[in-house]
Amino acid sequence: MSIAALPAPRAGVLRGLSDFLLRRPGAYLALLLVPPLLWLGIIYLGSLFALLTNSFFSVDEFSGTIDYTLTLSSYGQLFQLANLDIVIRTVLMAAAVTLASAALAFPVAYYAARYAKGRMKAVFYLAVMMPLWSSYLVKVYAWKLILAKEGIVSWIADTLGVTVVLDGVLALPVVGGPSLSTSYIGTFLVFTYVWLPYMILPLQASLERVPGNLVEASEDLGAHPAQTFRHVILPLALPGMIAGSIFTFSLTLGDYIIPQIVGGSNLFIGQAVLIQQGTAGNIPLAAAFTVVPVAIMGLYLWGAKRTGAFDAL
Amino acid sequence: MTFAAPAVRFRAVTRHFGPVKAVDGVDLEIAPGEFFSMLGPSGSGKTTCLRLIAGFDQPSSGEIEIFGVASAGVPPYARAVNTVFQDYALFPHMNVLDNVAYGLMVRGVGKRERHAKAAEALALVKLGQHGDRKPVQLSGGQRQRVALARALVNQPRVLLLDEPLGALDLKLREEMQVELKALQRKLGTAFVFVTHDQGEALSMSDRVAVFNEGKIVQVGPPEEIYERPRTEFVARFVGGSNVLPAAVARGLGGPDAPCSLRPEAIALLTGPAPEGQAALSAVIEDAQYHGAARRLLVAVAGAALRLAVSIPAGEGGGLGPGQAVTLGIPLSALWPMEGAR
Repeated sequence: MSIAALPAPRAGVLRGLSDFLLRRPGAYLALLLVPPLLWLGIIYLGSLFALLTNSFFSVDEFSGTIDYTLTLSSYGQLFQLANLDIVIRTVLMAAAVTLASAALAFPVAYYAARYAKGRMKAVFYLAVMMPLWSSYLVKVYAWKLILAKEGIVSWIADTLGVTVVLDGVLALPVVGGPSLSTSYIGTFLVFTYVWLPYMILPLQASLERVPGNLVEASEDLGAHPAQTFRHVILPLALPGMIAGSIFTFSLTLGDYIIPQIVGGSNLFIGQAVLIQQGTAGNIPLAAAFTVVPVAIMGLYLWGAKRTGAFDAL
Repeated sequence: MTFAAPAVRFRAVTRHFGPVKAVDGVDLEIAPGEFFSMLGPSGSGKTTCLRLIAGFDQPSSGEIEIFGVASAGVPPYARAVNTVFQDYALFPHMNVLDNVAYGLMVRGVGKRERHAKAAEALALVKLGQHGDRKPVQLSGGQRQRVALARALVNQPRVLLLDEPLGALDLKLREEMQVELKALQRKLGTAFVFVTHDQGEALSMSDRVAVFNEGKIVQVGPPEEIYERPRTEFVARFVGGSNVLPAAVARGLGGPDAPCSLRPEAIALLTGPAPEGQAALSAVIEDAQYHGAARRLLVAVAGAALRLAVSIPAGEGGGLGPGQAVTLGIPLSALWPMEGAR
């Protein structure tokens, strides 16, 4: 009896289909990609396009209806002092939160990437991810209680007899206020707490990919630890840091809940968008406000690329 | 520092990793300007020794001196040694020129001067045209040369090479062997070359140290290692020598000790054994043609012993498995050894 080297073509629709897809890798790829691409193209890019279009319309001041002729008037309104204030305030806050997150995240990520093994690594992931499991609102309200005038922080300051320090901090111009929970410092603390994991995780991933022998090679060539950090570890971790900063920066730019719960009465971009498209009914101005973070992130990425942050990828 | 201080000296150096003794009581001296190879199978402690010299690791006990200076507690960046890493460890975010200039940069050499010196070093390894490329744009052989230039530009007093040719294909490896040896002669730097390839160690080195299980089994010039192995391990590892048990060696009229017998020392006899040779009947189990030589695996009649035999390819053309042959074993080729390891 002879054994056939190749089996006969198999019967059945599914088998036929699987054989067809095996022979045509292009068709296989198309089948996999078309649904997500449709989703991305229509729902995601489509809504973004609708947003962009809306920002070029205007609102009739008397009737409150939308005038569909193309105009830059909404962008003109952005540059009015009150609105520009909101933009600048939000960008400064996002920048401060990003810098603080990077500074806090680096040692943690570095330890996790280079030193933590086995059990400690599991503890690290758990510690970083656990805050993400609980509700964002719960965390923010918890912080409000921590930072409130009669809250935990002031109680601790009182117990330790350092109320003077807390009062001194709160007396700082601009960032201070009647209590931590109603000052920019409070908003900043909560933002930094909430977005920190989004900085730690990409940073840790990029540090993990820095081969240990590059550090050894740098030392071998005569570099002190500080030089090794400056010339080898930091440049190679930069893509991760940029990735993390995209999260912390853009999440801060768009958030409208944290500044509403913790902080003063001054608006951030997210709150302005909420008010313009809700209470004020000015959809074009809301859209123009929304374009600001998109434009800023675009500029930011372009700048990061120009400085060679992605060269190590 | 005395004039006669060796480039590297190990005094009873031991390195434990938990219960494992990676390096176990090693003593050695490497002369300035010497091409010194550390040869051994993986896990024999040779790479750990290299890392101890570089300063990436510290001995558990014992002392290492570099040019007469005790190296305990001296960090890698303060040692006058440089390393060519096994997988090159080039900085991926820098171009080739900046990679080579790195050692000079961290020592504060100005940009113009360090780039000039780096270009010189690149020319030395025949890569003068590739300074503005990134490491990923280079072939394995080119990366290897960049790693070499990056180490040499610092004018190290000892250059450590950790299996630098391991990742290259055969032809490139042979070319680099010749170039490395020429470079070493030209620069007069002590090279410490770690390899598991005995051919490489024998062809390039002034002296070879054979490592096994964390210990140095034998140190000496390549000829000595190859022709007069001290133990069975050295005989087998360096060039695949036959090892005859003491009883067989004695029976042939040789020394009463385990003896090494090089495959190429054995002849095929057609008549009676000439003066100074012992005849041994055997059956061929396998015959391989290797171009310059023909290698036979034979089973010795009446003894549970297999021998590798290497004869010029011109002889024994019709030989194949199952054929009976008579081996001529020169008694002078039987080299008695001290032990197994």
